Amino acid sequence: MYVSVKGGETAIGHAHAWLAEARRGDTALAELSTAQIEQQLSLAVDRVMAEGACADRGLAALALKQARGDSTEAAFLLRAYRTTLPRFGYALPVDTAAMAIHRRISSTYKDLPGGQVLGPTFDYTHRLLDFALEAEGLAAPPPAAEAKEEAGRMPAVTAILAQEGLMAPDLASDAEPPDITREPLAFPADRALRLQAMARGDEGFLLSLGYSTQRGYGNAHPFVGEIRMGEVRVEIEPPELGFAIDIGDIMVSECQMVNQFAGTAEAPPQFTRGYGLVVGQNERKAMAMSLVDRALRAPELGEAATAPAQSPEFVLYHCDNVESTGFVEHLKLPHYVDFQSELEKIRAIRARWFAERAP
Amino acid sequence: MAVLARAAADALRPHCARLPPHTRLRGPEIGLVMLRGRMGGDGAPFNLTEATATRCTVDMAGRMGHATVLGRDMEKAELAAMLDAALQDPALRPALLAAVIAPLAAEQAERRARDARRAEATRVQFFTMATMR
Repeated sequence: MYVSVKGGETAIGHAHAWLAEARRGDTALAELSTAQIEQQLSLAVDRVMAEGACADRGLAALALKQARGDSTEAAFLLRAYRTTLPRFGYALPVDTAAMAIHRRISSTYKDLPGGQVLGPTFDYTHRLLDFALEAEGLAAPPPAAEAKEEAGRMPAVTAILAQEGLMAPDLASDAEPPDITREPLAFPADRALRLQAMARGDEGFLLSLGYSTQRGYGNAHPFVGEIRMGEVRVEIEPPELGFAIDIGDIMVSECQMVNQFAGTAEAPPQFTRGYGLVVGQNERKAMAMSLVDRALRAPELGEAATAPAQSPEFVLYHCDNVESTGFVEHLKLPHYVDFQSELEKIRAIRARWFAERAP
Repeated sequence: MAVLARAAADALRPHCARLPPHTRLRGPEIGLVMLRGRMGGDGAPFNLTEATATRCTVDMAGRMGHATVLGRDMEKAELAAMLDAALQDPALRPALLAAVIAPLAAEQAERRARDARRAEATRVQFFTMATMR
């Protein structure tokens, strides 16, 4: 337990002044604007937005600038800011099947209805550093190629499998989901709660857990049924209006992970799915989330839950990087009284140890 | 509303200068909307993340205009609420639809279409030995 301390204002003031100067860096160089961060470090912005659980690219860019690019610190800033705003209400669930597609791929069907479009992806790049980007005053890249046709509507892959009865359906309902921003996390945590926690969870943590399920810690045999990324419309139903209004678009990344399932006495053998949905462009996290979502469904599907990724307590209590960093980093705050008692105890134990061994 | 929500304040401002005077009933104020997804895309809803939104309600000659838009642009929310009120006035509506809504809708549709053409240009045909289905 840490104890409150007094004093140190001058030192703290000087430390923060140094921090501000270090944040700015060499003043001979132009200052980075938040608009530049938003535009040119957009995936860092998207990550902060998702983990900060507040979809606002401008705020996420500001948080990144203030945090000197530290994404966890930036997510923390965003979480803190969102607590100052009133809640207007809940939006209607976004319809990802009606997404304005920028990217849509499947690793299960080569020729699926609607086809595959790669979108702006790092896939198939050679991962060689491009030193041309080091030069200043580069000419703008040529505009992206445009086809004559427009990419059309793309039905969800899971719907294709479901038609044949090969895919376990997700029960359609309009049950009011729990909300961890209003109620503390409690167990057993139902799937809606798990998905909300993971959507704001740390990408690195979910990535490692997802990877662990592939390596044998959990019984995963996953296929990417579909990854899609694009804009979905957001609708709300203000009580004073009594009808739904469209309040704009938001970019999301979605992953449908298809997994084996042997079937039970009640359910025939069929595929089951794990689901990942993240705001912004972040398919790595959407994929990791879908792997862990599927792993967490083990008890519901009658599978033995033996691996960390299959334990809701393990995953949900540790996936939030703001909480994790809060508890880890609190260790550097003054624990003088605690430690004083530890010191006294170990001195007494050592004295007895030496006394017992005295000739 | 959908068109106004996607327009920039700069695009709305010139059209609001000659509207009848309005009074603010609420806001403009910034707050949060909790976005939702569905499990598997089509299952039961879950809470995804909050997003910033700005809302404003105005009274314009006895007509109530309302706007809620994603983001934190208070001026845009107020302009959209003014236009929402004005669009309910049968005397103003046809001109506003033609001068404001139709061009903005066309511009937004073109932006979406451009993205769809770009996506189409990245359509890929993988060749494998496998044939399936």
